[in-house]
Amino acid sequence: MLNIGRLNEGIVLDHIEAGKAMTIYRLLGLGDLDCGVAIIKNAHSNKMGKKDIIKIEGGMDLVDLDALGYIDCNITVDIIRDGVVSEKKDLTLPEKLTNVIKCSNPRCITSIEPQLDHIFHLTNKDKHIYRCRYCEEKA
Amino acid sequence: MKHLLSPLDFSVEETEKLLDLAHEIRITPEKYAHCCDGKKIATLFYEPSTRTRLSFEAAMMNMGGNCLGFSEASSSSATKGETVADTIRVVSHYADICAIRHPKEGAPKVAADFSGIPVVNAGDGGHQHPTQTLADLMTIRELRGSLDNFTIGICGDLKFGRTVHSLINALVRYPNVRFILISPRELRITGYVRDDILTDNGIEFEEVEKLEDMIDQLDILYMTRVQKERFFSEDEYLRMKDYYILDNEKLSHAKEDMYILHPLPRVNEIAVEVDSDPRAKYFEQVQNAVFVRQAVILTLLESAKTAASL
Repeated sequence: MLNIGRLNEGIVLDHIEAGKAMTIYRLLGLGDLDCGVAIIKNAHSNKMGKKDIIKIEGGMDLVDLDALGYIDCNITVDIIRDGVVSEKKDLTLPEKLTNVIKCSNPRCITSIEPQLDHIFHLTNKDKHIYRCRYCEEKA
Repeated sequence: MKHLLSPLDFSVEETEKLLDLAHEIRITPEKYAHCCDGKKIATLFYEPSTRTRLSFEAAMMNMGGNCLGFSEASSSSATKGETVADTIRVVSHYADICAIRHPKEGAPKVAADFSGIPVVNAGDGGHQHPTQTLADLMTIRELRGSLDNFTIGICGDLKFGRTVHSLINALVRYPNVRFILISPRELRITGYVRDDILTDNGIEFEEVEKLEDMIDQLDILYMTRVQKERFFSEDEYLRMKDYYILDNEKLSHAKEDMYILHPLPRVNEIAVEVDSDPRAKYFEQVQNAVFVRQAVILTLLESAKTAASL
């Protein structure tokens, strides 16, 4: 069993589908943070068999919960204070995503006007479909 | 303040009211000859157009107003790198309403976000063309008496055809409209229309490749052009462009009261011999488009006036 030091203050993203931790690391921009970030891959899970975990030192404002909900709303978010889990955050599919993903449609206005935010709206909750606010292309 | 970016920006009731107004303008044009005296429309056309731009300008002039604008991106500040947002902020000080055509999808939405005047989408890439749809609806309503209970065949480029997307968007709100979507596999209806508009709303539709197989079932045949400007490859365009051609032989299998519509311009998808068939109604659509645009201008100017007084 691999041991990573206990967090005193920070966030634990648990029950990440095995293999998805690096995607989340990139989409949340965790590489840009100054604080400590630990990625645990393929940890044992009774529920999932294998899972990934990300531990982040610091405050809640470091993580965009909307982006995380879009990536996988089954991820568990634990807020650690004074070394113990003080709060658990539920993730939901966000209604709107701003600058989390980019529109891939080469005919979209966002492809030529770089100052525009890339905004997507949830158009089908059951099928998890997001569409670009401008051209309606699927994410 | 109201904008017209998609046909859904007007409810069914508002659309009916607007079509009624367009009809009234058609039968009593003199009553509206001065209702836009002193008003200006800016036509911001970043992409070539004949009908749409002239039609907007004719609509404004029919009501005593004036027009300003540009007819291609190369004669605007877009060549200097000006954004749509900045252009519309500037134009808002010159005109009372604007119609924007842009090759990039969603550009009119950006304009509306930053505009101080009502914005009308005059066509954005392969996305939407709501005023053409209103002209289509007006023509269908005049020909059939209502906008419900009919089968429409939409034929040609359903992937990039913005008039098609707008028309389907608008027609799914009326009861018992059945869609037959006729296109080559490569130009089948775009995903958001098939999934979000047709499938999710439980609308009856069929996708087929041959016009001949279905023409006898149609009440309206809506032909479209394969649009060269939407293809990234010339070879792809050349392979697709002659896929459907409506001629008198094909038309002989259609109902006697089936009507043919086309947003124009046509290339070769409707043979010239069809023009003299009494079922060919595409030049009536052109005429209706001016009345509809007059009605849109009046409705949006009124909405801006109401918003300003609040």
